[in-house]
Order: sequence, then structure tokens, then C-alpha cells
Amino acid sequence: MDEILEILEKDARTTPEEIARMTGRSPAEVKAAIRELEKKGVILKYTAIINKDLADSAVQALIEVKVTPQRGIGYDAVAERIIKFPEVLTAYLLSGTYDILVIVEGRNLQEVATFVSEKLATLDQVTGTVTHFMLKKYKEQGVIFHRKKRNKRLLVSP
Amino acid sequence: MRDPVSSRAKAVPPSGIRRFFEMVIGMPDVISLGVGEPDFVTPWHIREACIYSLEQGYTMYTSNFGLLELREEISRFYGKRHGLQYDPEGEILVTTGVSEAYDLAIRAVVNPGDEVIVHEPSYVSYKPCVTFAGGVPVAVATSADDGFKLTPEALEKAITDRTKALVLNYPNNPTGATMSEKELEEIADVVVEHDLIVISDEVYWMLTYEGVHRPFSSLNGMKERTILLDGFSKAYAMTGFRIGFSLASPEITEAMMKLHQYTMLCAPITGQMSAIEALRHGKKEVDAMVREYKRRRNVIVKRLNDLGLPCATPGGAFYAFPDITSTSLTSEEFSTGLLKEEKVAVVPGTAFGESGEGFVRCSYATAMEDLKTALDRIERFISS
Ligand SMILES: Cc1ncc(COP(=O)(O)O)c(C=O)c1O
Repeated sequence: MDEILEILEKDARTTPEEIARMTGRSPAEVKAAIRELEKKGVILKYTAIINKDLADSAVQALIEVKVTPQRGIGYDAVAERIIKFPEVLTAYLLSGTYDILVIVEGRNLQEVATFVSEKLATLDQVTGTVTHFMLKKYKEQGVIFHRKKRNKRLLVSP
Repeated sequence: MRDPVSSRAKAVPPSGIRRFFEMVIGMPDVISLGVGEPDFVTPWHIREACIYSLEQGYTMYTSNFGLLELREEISRFYGKRHGLQYDPEGEILVTTGVSEAYDLAIRAVVNPGDEVIVHEPSYVSYKPCVTFAGGVPVAVATSADDGFKLTPEALEKAITDRTKALVLNYPNNPTGATMSEKELEEIADVVVEHDLIVISDEVYWMLTYEGVHRPFSSLNGMKERTILLDGFSKAYAMTGFRIGFSLASPEITEAMMKLHQYTMLCAPITGQMSAIEALRHGKKEVDAMVREYKRRRNVIVKRLNDLGLPCATPGGAFYAFPDITSTSLTSEEFSTGLLKEEKVAVVPGTAFGESGEGFVRCSYATAMEDLKTALDRIERFISS
């Protein structure tokens, strides 16, 4: 992987100047490379990973969606409809016993349940849904939740 | 009561690092650039293999030489990475860290009164172990002007009829200096001329940021004269596992094994099992750590130079060794002042030999955020 991506993936706030210093390139070079990565769609967005358990109350659910694919366009048309709902955080087409995995967020259980029964399950091509409410997050995007960092090393050693 | 402590134990002064450690301990909110070990924890796959070995009941002694499986992995690894052939049966000894391997090497080659040359500034254990073995350590100063490399001229000057061995440590603790193949060859010529044994501590070799590391024993004619020391502490972030090893001729290895057999018996099996996993599957994580160290190195070196603390770009290890003479403070004063006023711990260069005066060791085995904060505090300290 590109070293700039490695750095930004660790900390998206790292400035081009800092990246330049870390990698021995010029800030202009780094800025140009980042612009290129953004243009190509390699870097899509700079965001924060938030532990919502601590920030506010939000409920997430994983929903298995079974779909009848349509002639000529397969799953894409229905997927396009699903992902436009702002409640949908993530959607993947998968192999296996169901077709599309959708991760939905709402303020509470009721909100998510309503979304599933009124919006998702009622789509023409959707033949079935199974909803799994998320109980606890251990790790997301490489970040381990609920972990306190503590120095265990001696403060000075040879 | 008569004096309970031997004169040999008394002959060696307590470590300067130890004294500094006593000062730091108990101070809240200190950012330490004084640590000589990785800030990463051991990669999980290695820890997981370690746990599995315990579940499987691997809790016993091993062969004095170490597990054959580990020695075979080491042999394969050196063959693959350096094109060097060491026989797992007779030329490889697994030890309790490079620390033990170094002590064994010294005791295996040094007769009472033999001189052992140690370039300085360098790791704190080199001279004391020679003294403990009844030998005479001879320090050769290296300088910032030479990039803290040992020059053949300086080595030549220190050699006497009693010189038995030379201790080499590149990449170097505390300076981060590395030596090129050509520079090492010039040392090798002097070694042959004076029939010396070389104890080459290459524990930092995987943390090399410029060029390719050449093991000293890979130089022409050096294999039978070299005791190469390597270990898992630094590259794999496995300091607490206490596993190192020596690569040397069967004759020397046998002598070292004898000392090891009667003093240590064997290296801990838990560490050995973990080391096997490290060699088999550790490359990806080591590479990622090396890239991160290199980035930190670039950040700290640039900043120190910008602050008017001249600092060459270290080719290896995880230490920057800036010149602090522009502050008109001694290494000791600088380190103590910085700790008291700004709560940043660095190690005075003098802890690594007299020639370390005018320098301090800053370890960048420190998370980037802490490193940046520490550098801000150093800036405040020197401008106050
Ligand atoms: C140059 C050098 N050699 C050896 C050691 C000790 O390594 P080990 O943990 O393998 O005993 C250190 C540790 O700081 C070191 O810096």
C-alpha cells in the first residue's frame, strides 16, 4: 500500500507537511499525491471513528436481505434503492445464504424496526429479511474499543 | 563482618542509566524518550503462539543449545536473508537474550589480562562484562565527525600485544550509526592483520533504514573470526521473552555452550516457542514497525536540527543522538534540566562512555503523538 495511505489510515489529521517530513518528500509532492488519490476515489472521505456507546445512544442492526435479482441488472437496481436511505450505513453484496448485508443505524430499537418493516422489507425484489441488533462493538476498522492504554515499560532503560 | 562484596563486583560503577531511572520514577506525566525498547507490544500472532505453547504443555527445559526447531529456523533465516550458512547443530546457540550471548562470548574468548576493544559511545554492558571476565576493556572513542563509525586508524591505535577481541555494534545503540560494507571491510583488514576475534552485536540489524545491512561474518574471511549476536528483542518487540542467539564456529560455540550449560542451562522454552513463530510469520509486522520507526526518525531528526541541536540522520536502531553543546550545558545538566523543567526524559550521552559528552540519546521508540509533544517541550526548554 502507498505509504501516504498507511499514514492517513492511522491518523487522517496528519497534515501534508507532516507526511512530507515523515517520508522525506516535499509538501507539494505529498499534496499532489493526496489530490490524485482523492480524484481516483482511493481516498473517499476523512472521518472519525466514534464510540457511540459513549457519545450518544444509537442502535445499529445488521440485516440479512434476500433479494430476487432482476434480469439484465442483477442486484444493482435494488441495492441502489437501499443505499439511498440515510439510515443505511453499509451495504455489501455477499455470496451465501442471503444476498445483501445492510447495516442500519437508528436512534432506538423502534426506529430501526420501523425502517426495516416499512422501507426495506416492502421493496418489490426483497423476499425476506433477518435483523440482528448489535449488542456490543469490540473492534471496528482496525480500532479496538473499550481499551485503556497504559504504559507498561520502564521509563528509562539501556 | 568481613566485606561481603567481591572486588570484581565493586570494580564496575553502577550504570548511569540506572541512576537516571531512579530520578524519573515517581514523576507524573513524564514523556520518556529514554526507553531502549520498542513501544509496540509483541505482534499478536507471536503472543498467541506463545499462549498455545503453554496450553500444549511446553513448560520444560530444552537442549542446552536451544530447541533444534528454532535453530533450524534461524539457520534457514540467515541463509535466506544473508546467504550465510550456519549449521543448526554446532554453530548456533540460543541464549537468554543477546545480553547473555554477549557475556558468554566474552567469557569464552577472554583470558585474564586480555584486552577487548569497545568503540564508544556504546551499549552499557560491553565494558563491565569484560571486567567481570577478568579482561581489560579498552574504549575507542568514535566521533560525530566520523558519523560514530569505528575507523581503522582509531582501531589500529588501540591495539596492543594483549588485544584479543573487538566488540562491534552497528546499527549502534546509542547513536543509531550504521557502517557500510566498504567501511566494515577496512575494519576486517585490521582484524586479520592483528589476529582478532570479533564479537558483533547486530541485534538492531532489521531496523536498518538506509541501504542493506551486511552481517560482519559475511565479509571475506570473517566467518571463522566472528561471533555474531542477534536476537528477537528489538525487531520483533520481544524484549520480555528474553531470546537471543549466537552464530559462531563450532569451537567457539562449544565453549559458549559449556558456560551456558553450567550457568543458564537453557533459554526459556516459552520464549523459544514464540521465537519460532516470529521467524516463520513475523516479516509483515516487522516491516510495518520498521516503516513507522523510519517516519518517526525523519520527524525527530528534522526537528532537532531545526532547533539547533545538530543530529545526523541515524541509519538504524531507534535512537537519535543530537549534539547539545549549543546549549552550553553538559549532557547530564541538559538531561536533568529537561526532566525537571519540561518532564521529558532523555539519557545523557555520558551513560554510554565519556565520548558521549555533549550528546543525549533520544529514543524514537515512542508513539508519534508523544514524540511531537516531547519535541515541543524540548523546544521550550532550550529557548527558556
Ligand atoms: C546494543 C544492544 N545489545 C544488546 C541488548 C540486549 O538485548 P537482549 O534483550 O537481547 O538481551 C541491547 C538492549 O538494549 C542493546 O541495545
